[in-house]
Amino acid sequence: MPCSTRKNSDMTTNAFLQLFAYLVILVLITKPMGVYLTKVFRGENTFLTSIFGWLERLIYRLCGIDPTSEMKWTTYSGAMLVFSAVTALVLYAMMRLQQFLPWNPQGLGAVAPDLSFGTAMSFTTNTNWQAYSGETTMSYFTQMAGLAFHNFASAAVGIAVAVALVRGLVRSSVQTIGNFWVDLVRCTLYLLIPLSILTGIIFMASGMIQNLAPYVTATTLEGAKQTIAMGPVASQEAIKILGTNGGGFFNANSAHPFENPTAITNFLQVIMIFSIGTGLTYMFGRMSKDTKQGWAVWGAMTFLFLAGLVTCYVSEQSGNPNFDKLGITSLASATQPGGNMEGKEVRYGITQSTLFATVTTDASCGAVNSMHESFTPIGGMVPLFNIMIGEVIFGGVGAGLYGMMIFVILSVFIAGLMVGRTPEYLGKKIESKEVKLSMIALLSMALCMLGFSAWAVVNPVALKSLANNGPHGLSEILYAFVSATGNNGSAFAGLNANTQFFNITQGLSELIGRFFVIVPILAIAGSMAKKTAIAPSAGTFLTNTPLFSALLIMVILIVAGLTFFPALSLGPILEHLVMQNGKLF
Amino acid sequence: MAKHEIHEQKKLFDPAIVNRAVVDALKKLDPRLLYKNPVMFVVEIGAALTTIAWIRDLAGMSHGDALFAGLITAWLWFTVLFATFAEAMAEGRGKAQADALRKTKTETMAKKIEKGGTTSVVNATMLRKGDVVLIEAGDIVPGDGDAIEGIASVDESAITGESAPVIRESGGDRCAVTGGTRVISDWLKVKITSNPGETFIDRMISLVEGAARQKTPNEIALTILLAGMTIIFLIAVVALFFFGQYLSTTISVVVLISLLVCLIPTTIGGLLSAIGIAGIDRVLQRNVLAMSGRAVEAAGDVNTLLLDKTGTITIGNRMATEFIPAPDITKEYLAQIVHLSSLADETPEGRSIVTLARDIVKELPADFIAAEKTFIPFSAQTRMSGVDVKHIGTDGSRAIRKGAVDAIEKISGRSGIPDNLQQAVTRIATSGGTPLAVAEDGKVLGIIHLKDVVKQGMRARFDQLRAMGIKTVMITGDNPLTAKAIAGEAGVDDFLAEATPETKMALIRKEQASGKLVAMTGDGTNDAPALAQADVGVAMNTGTMAAKEAANMVDLDSNPTKLIEVVEIGKQLLMTRGALTTFSIANDVAKYFAIIPAMFMAAFPELAALNIMNLHSPQSAILSAVIFNALIIIALVPLALKGIKYRPLGAAAVLRRNIVIYGLGGVIIPFIGIKAIDIIVSACGI
Repeated sequence: MPCSTRKNSDMTTNAFLQLFAYLVILVLITKPMGVYLTKVFRGENTFLTSIFGWLERLIYRLCGIDPTSEMKWTTYSGAMLVFSAVTALVLYAMMRLQQFLPWNPQGLGAVAPDLSFGTAMSFTTNTNWQAYSGETTMSYFTQMAGLAFHNFASAAVGIAVAVALVRGLVRSSVQTIGNFWVDLVRCTLYLLIPLSILTGIIFMASGMIQNLAPYVTATTLEGAKQTIAMGPVASQEAIKILGTNGGGFFNANSAHPFENPTAITNFLQVIMIFSIGTGLTYMFGRMSKDTKQGWAVWGAMTFLFLAGLVTCYVSEQSGNPNFDKLGITSLASATQPGGNMEGKEVRYGITQSTLFATVTTDASCGAVNSMHESFTPIGGMVPLFNIMIGEVIFGGVGAGLYGMMIFVILSVFIAGLMVGRTPEYLGKKIESKEVKLSMIALLSMALCMLGFSAWAVVNPVALKSLANNGPHGLSEILYAFVSATGNNGSAFAGLNANTQFFNITQGLSELIGRFFVIVPILAIAGSMAKKTAIAPSAGTFLTNTPLFSALLIMVILIVAGLTFFPALSLGPILEHLVMQNGKLF
Repeated sequence: MAKHEIHEQKKLFDPAIVNRAVVDALKKLDPRLLYKNPVMFVVEIGAALTTIAWIRDLAGMSHGDALFAGLITAWLWFTVLFATFAEAMAEGRGKAQADALRKTKTETMAKKIEKGGTTSVVNATMLRKGDVVLIEAGDIVPGDGDAIEGIASVDESAITGESAPVIRESGGDRCAVTGGTRVISDWLKVKITSNPGETFIDRMISLVEGAARQKTPNEIALTILLAGMTIIFLIAVVALFFFGQYLSTTISVVVLISLLVCLIPTTIGGLLSAIGIAGIDRVLQRNVLAMSGRAVEAAGDVNTLLLDKTGTITIGNRMATEFIPAPDITKEYLAQIVHLSSLADETPEGRSIVTLARDIVKELPADFIAAEKTFIPFSAQTRMSGVDVKHIGTDGSRAIRKGAVDAIEKISGRSGIPDNLQQAVTRIATSGGTPLAVAEDGKVLGIIHLKDVVKQGMRARFDQLRAMGIKTVMITGDNPLTAKAIAGEAGVDDFLAEATPETKMALIRKEQASGKLVAMTGDGTNDAPALAQADVGVAMNTGTMAAKEAANMVDLDSNPTKLIEVVEIGKQLLMTRGALTTFSIANDVAKYFAIIPAMFMAAFPELAALNIMNLHSPQSAILSAVIFNALIIIALVPLALKGIKYRPLGAAAVLRRNIVIYGLGGVIIPFIGIKAIDIIVSACGI
């Protein structure tokens, strides 16, 4: 970055080792996860079939599902939309009526209508934006039967859509892309539940709480009374992370010691956030009978992840130059880790905080272990940018892969022409229909993110929610709508989003950001499935090479980046430049 | 080869075409025409809005800078104008050709033969499908039709540009006559096959003029992409206005529109239709008439190329390459006899035998020359030809015969064909050649090896096609053994032997079923179904009307090798589109760095840090970006018209190359260009 005469901090050895270890584990889990996912969604038997097989069959029998019959994309979308609509309504009703329902030891009252709408949208769309504090708003029943259910359901829907898209891409000359109900059931039974149980047990062993007890009242050393919230945290936590939901049990989310007790649980959380996303890329490669196709997508994702992570880390480690003028050094030394520690947990430090922030926004998770608002402007821009490009870096479970496929289609279409053939992906032509559907998805997201933000910044009612002004305030509002539209759910903080304006506009952003992407994606799946795949020849534009990964990165940065560059330049970039001149917001 | 003037290679910027294009470019500013191009339509609306802003500034109704608004307005109009000019230029060449073609459509009178057999003279425009006309030497053919009686030589230079007359006769594959051509000897009775306004020349005119032009599938997809990106950038720019408001900065309409126009993909948006038209035009310059842009585009996508052996892969005539004598015969004697047998054989094969014989023995012996010779022509019954030689002063005559091996074997009686010759026959047959036997008075003297000669450079051509991922299939009526040998020699990937229209059709269907696009050439009526079935069907102009109507391209030169060139043009067309799209989008990076700091530097001086090009002032920065954006369109017109350089390489190599030139180049060039324009603009004191 220009303007600064001060040397930015290099990465400390400790940080390097932590990030390196993370990358190694990410590589190692990709293949086993992908192989397992392939088995689950091909309907093959897994080692869990002997345990859950009877349950799977029972569900099919009770619901009258024929697991062998497949659906066209229209039926698949219809089933997905009906399922989402019905479950959203049930959640809304549950919140409005929670005072009459069991497991409410604190006697929490009905949730306000606008907050209930916002929350119902938020959890149905895998966003999990929380405009409320869980411990003072939601009963245990609402948390477990309502919110936790959606943590599973919305994650399963996302994965199902990604699998349906992959089927559409790899199949040749067929009409169908799978059975939504079967995908939903198998995903939940064979993937989400077992992994959640396993993770929950590890979490509990690490000190996370799991109870239905009333809140504990303690007397502090100063003699003050303190209420300590309790609850079934570990079970919620596992799926919050695994399903890239991110909706915390407590308001402090993964910064709360009960929700993220140790550095080990923190590290485990960042691994689990990416686990399904990275596995899906391998599953894609395997199903397309060319694992390199999957690795090419994985490579582009990993590059963008590392680029964001390093930018964020370096910016945070460099801290705020204005401290220098006050004679305070924020450089790392033998006696202090240095950097910008505002809003970060000392248990995790800058490395684990920036890693968590990057991962949670790459992946549409939205869990946080530090306050993104307190990051340096550039450090805070990274999470914002990650969501803006559509959370295609591993992404929300399923959503990352299908979101990435929109950019793959655009890359193939723009650059593929340069080899002198109608662009092809996996042997199938990309034609106006696919381009149109991809553009609908991209446009819907840009319109929500920028449109609602533009409205909010000139709306006096909305501006009352702002805690800060100037470029930082702009970042706060942008982040709110970007996070909602991207179905991320993390908050920049500094913005009181529990107002009618934000509950409703964000709810709409979540809805559009989810379904105006998913339905076009399923339409692409249907359209691609019908096409006949041609075997590659010397004239084929290869999409399984590092060159393609590089191209994909370029298209993401230029197409998505340029859409948001004006907004970013007035938000975090301006704030950064102003900060270098000694002015803060 | 003498070419008609309409087919002259015109220079890219022929003054006549440029002048006409300037006028057409202005006409194309009509919004009712321009709305079909969403990107340029948005620019036009923007230009109209800045014009209003400029007038308000001039009138003092607002506080804007009238000079700045005026300059931006002017350059925005230039941007639109450059785009319409590019399209007009591309159409201009076609229009010039259409004008020349129209001249051939002068008033023609026709001698219509009425039902009773009487002839009446009617205007050619009165002729309808099914009418029969008489055309005599000197007459202009009044309409397209098939000859039903007679034979005549016809000057077809009006459409083909080839001045040598061609023979047209009733029946067979050479019966088609085209309206506008002229019969120069003899006469023909022709049954008219098209109504006025639907003739071949009419179709040609509307094609080259672009009147019948429809957007191709790929062009539609690209237009959707560009329209989508235009909307996205529109959202970004409008949102920016509100973000500015929030930060207490009001951005003027002129500046906002400047940013929008710079961001939306105007370069490709402005050149897209010119690229398509120029592609068809390039095909036309090869003397191939593409019935639609879709066909040219499909040519670039072709996966399988069906090529007729004769005329395309081999030079069409077999040539003698070797004489094999019987054990008791010298090579020289055999050469003499063979020479003698072929003296009257005027077929190319016969001439090649004479040529080879002369290489072995310079001249025939004097007594051979003096002898009285009775030539026996080839007949389908005997399947042999020959000569009876009666030497002067002798009574008996020697019967020399040359023909198919089994036919000669029949007349050789008990002596038959010697073993060494039998072996030679087998060897020749397996190598794809044709053996001919020569006998004197029933004694077999030797074998002539006639060989199908593969055209020079075909192997290299096929290697190139393979590198581009195109499979070549040779189609031949030969037996599989012969076909295999020639296929191997020519280097094609596959062959179809003993081909019939049915097997050809089956092959096309099979390839298409596996998702492949197939191209083929054909001329006969029985090729018509296959030509219609193929994705790219090129009919020879010498072929029948049925073939020409079924095909989506007609090669006026009737050169089957042309198909390969058409495929290359199709590829070049798609490459040019991709390259300019990539270039256009990559350009945006630099434009952002020019305009964003310029917009907000007054309110937030810190944003000067983003002014990495160190542009002179906010106004000069915005103006420079707008000027660059307009000039790049005009600078790329030649590239759009000529197409980007085409190299027959594999996809990976082509992609790497083009990404570096148009992707990376597209990021870097505008930084340099905008900076250079800024230096000039600021030197002019703006």
